[in-house]
Amino acid sequence: MLDDLRNGTSPKGHPPELSRDEELHAYREMLLIRRFEEKAGQLYGMGQIGGFCHLYIGQEAVVVGMQMTVREGDQVITAYRDHGHMLVCGMDPKGVMAELTGRRGGYSRGKGGSMHMFSVEKNFYGGHGIVGAQVPLGTGLAFANKYRGNGNVSLTYYGDGAANQGQVYEAFNMAELWKLPVVYVVENNKYGMGTSINRASALTNLSQRGASFNIPGRQVDGMDVRAVKEAGEEAVAWARSGKGPYILEMLTYRYRGHSMSDPAKYRSKEEVDKMRHEHDPIEMVRQRLIASRRATEDDLKAVDKEIRAIVNEAADFAQTDPEPDVTELYTNVVR
Amino acid sequence: MATQVLMPALSPTMEEGKLAKWVKAEGDEVRSGDVIAEIETDKATMEVEAVDEGKIGKILIPAGTEGVRVNTPIAIIVADGEEAGASLNRAGKTNGAHAPADAATGGGEAARASVDVRVKDAREDAAPAAWDAASEIPEGTELVQITMREALRDAMAEEMRRDDDVFVMGEEVAEYQGAYKITQGLLDEFGARRVVDTPITEAGFAGLGVGAAFAGLRPIVEFMTFNFAMQAIDHIINSAAKTHYMSGGQIDCPIVFRGPNGAAARVGAQHSQEYSAWYAHVPGLKVIAPSTAADAKGLLKAAIRDPNPVVFLENEILYGIAGPVPKGDDWLVPIGKAKIARPGKDVTIVSWSRGMVYALDAAKQLEAEGIDAEVIDLRTLRPLDIDTVLASVRKTNRIVTVEEAWPVCSVGSEIVAQVVAKAFDYLDAPPTKVSGEDVPMPYAANLEKLALPNADRVVEAVKAVCYKG
Repeated sequence: MLDDLRNGTSPKGHPPELSRDEELHAYREMLLIRRFEEKAGQLYGMGQIGGFCHLYIGQEAVVVGMQMTVREGDQVITAYRDHGHMLVCGMDPKGVMAELTGRRGGYSRGKGGSMHMFSVEKNFYGGHGIVGAQVPLGTGLAFANKYRGNGNVSLTYYGDGAANQGQVYEAFNMAELWKLPVVYVVENNKYGMGTSINRASALTNLSQRGASFNIPGRQVDGMDVRAVKEAGEEAVAWARSGKGPYILEMLTYRYRGHSMSDPAKYRSKEEVDKMRHEHDPIEMVRQRLIASRRATEDDLKAVDKEIRAIVNEAADFAQTDPEPDVTELYTNVVR
Repeated sequence: MATQVLMPALSPTMEEGKLAKWVKAEGDEVRSGDVIAEIETDKATMEVEAVDEGKIGKILIPAGTEGVRVNTPIAIIVADGEEAGASLNRAGKTNGAHAPADAATGGGEAARASVDVRVKDAREDAAPAAWDAASEIPEGTELVQITMREALRDAMAEEMRRDDDVFVMGEEVAEYQGAYKITQGLLDEFGARRVVDTPITEAGFAGLGVGAAFAGLRPIVEFMTFNFAMQAIDHIINSAAKTHYMSGGQIDCPIVFRGPNGAAARVGAQHSQEYSAWYAHVPGLKVIAPSTAADAKGLLKAAIRDPNPVVFLENEILYGIAGPVPKGDDWLVPIGKAKIARPGKDVTIVSWSRGMVYALDAAKQLEAEGIDAEVIDLRTLRPLDIDTVLASVRKTNRIVTVEEAWPVCSVGSEIVAQVVAKAFDYLDAPPTKVSGEDVPMPYAANLEKLALPNADRVVEAVKAVCYKG
């Protein structure tokens, strides 16, 4: 599997280095997601978060690298493993965590939950619970961009599981037919719930799934934020220039289960550990920062401390904020 | 032997058409398959082919004739040496309605785009239009007589002129001018940016439309019929209807899903379903099902301006029916308001869409028998204007609901349940439903007729609740 990932790196060999500021930014953002998700896992265990809770731990480099390639006005839409996407869009961790706990201060006033959050202000369009449905929706965001001629690009994320949904290909067809500014980011974490991609997909190279529509695609080492950023820049530039959609297959890995109650019988502990220890997206940045002497252990500890404070504050808020007023039951059904 | 060429029908619902053009002249030799004439309806054009070899002996209907009834002899083909005149006096072979099923596309989509829409009883009994204008339209308003098809088209065109964010998308809406010609002329006026032909990909374009609505555009998504919206129902419900709530009110979805709903004629079970109850069930949607041209226009304009997802259920059989519509571009009908289509005191009949044809026809028959029925046209199915229904029932003490849909868990079921719960003490008879039969729609003409409600069944149900007859 590591070989797969390495084969997926930039065709030019090593991806271009990031600047010190970029490395530190990526480190901070990825760490925020990691710590946020760990805390969400804890709160779930305490019974503070109900229902489904799909953690993004292990996949942080994908959204962080992609978000480094977009500009104000570009939209993001994804499925239900969405907490990381919201955080990199700049949504307030308190509002996200409070939605997880179903409180009135949550982004959806407690009525959406983990899978259903939105921020028009931050151009985050959800947060969708039906596998694959966000792909036509994200294509529609791109349609609106083209209709208005505003030059914005829609980043439409989906997983290797969703890659087998028919509507994904209906969207591909229209996106290429009408040259819509959309980048499809397929986060291939190897497992659609408990089914490995090899048992679910006839063609496992998901970057080639646009071939019959003439949509270009690339496989990318989604554990290396540099590789993600480099590929993302190419794809976003392609879409923004009016050439139509682009598919980026991010080879990534989730360390945790599909949702919280996951028997984890479908893969070995060794497989998970190997990825964690040898290819962790955060550890890679950390090691580069230290090795290049762009940051000291103390510098990074300070970042860790700052992140922990943000996450703890979010968790405190999410547990103390009141539940929605009962009158909220009947608000926002229609406008 | 001479053969009569008969005026063909483009579909089982076509009654008449225009003989647009003769391609052959009297005396011309023809072979089987040669195009001899072109005919036109308000919906489509088609070519008439010869099925026999011979010579055009006589043209019976000149080019340009309007309103030629289906099966009228339009020409006579004679064998060499034969006289045209003779054949009229004896039972010659007839050249039945032999024409390409869908001349405009060269076939292929015939099942989807069954053509023309006028049905005799629907047209003649389409009284709804008459009282419509009187009851709601301010006095002195200038009225124009247009079909529901034209009313829907005008509604879209006016709203597109008013707001650049409004666009229409769907299968065959642009270059083909609409499978049922509802979008006729829109491409010419608004161009391909705003009148968007989609591939045959309902889930995809419904989802794409919802995404565009999330981004603030106001899409009108046409389903060629609501039968095909089944492919897209996940986006209508999970993506369009629920997102405003799930986002705590942050995301609006100002989209209209529209197209013909319910049985057309002789198109079988997969093309003949009535979906009122399916959508009326869903919080977050508004659901509209008009029966007149004026309501169709005013409600579609209101739907396009509404900030919520609206399911707009039309009816193929009603498309060709004309009625008075206020002139101008400011005619709006409020969503969620039923209309008393015919005031009465003895019994309440509640219906919508094509059911109104049966309801009003029944009311007319009942009047002759001394029963004065009040007929309510719901027009909007969600939110349901139950107050208008309850007020009527409190007056008449009897209610019959009329719908083409299946009977189980239908809109009629909901009305009956609410009437029983909220006006129980006013009822003098059990509330009664007239509906389609609880079977997939059969194809055979006799069985299809049995599967659908009609005015006689409404009359029967009303007499039962009035304890008469």
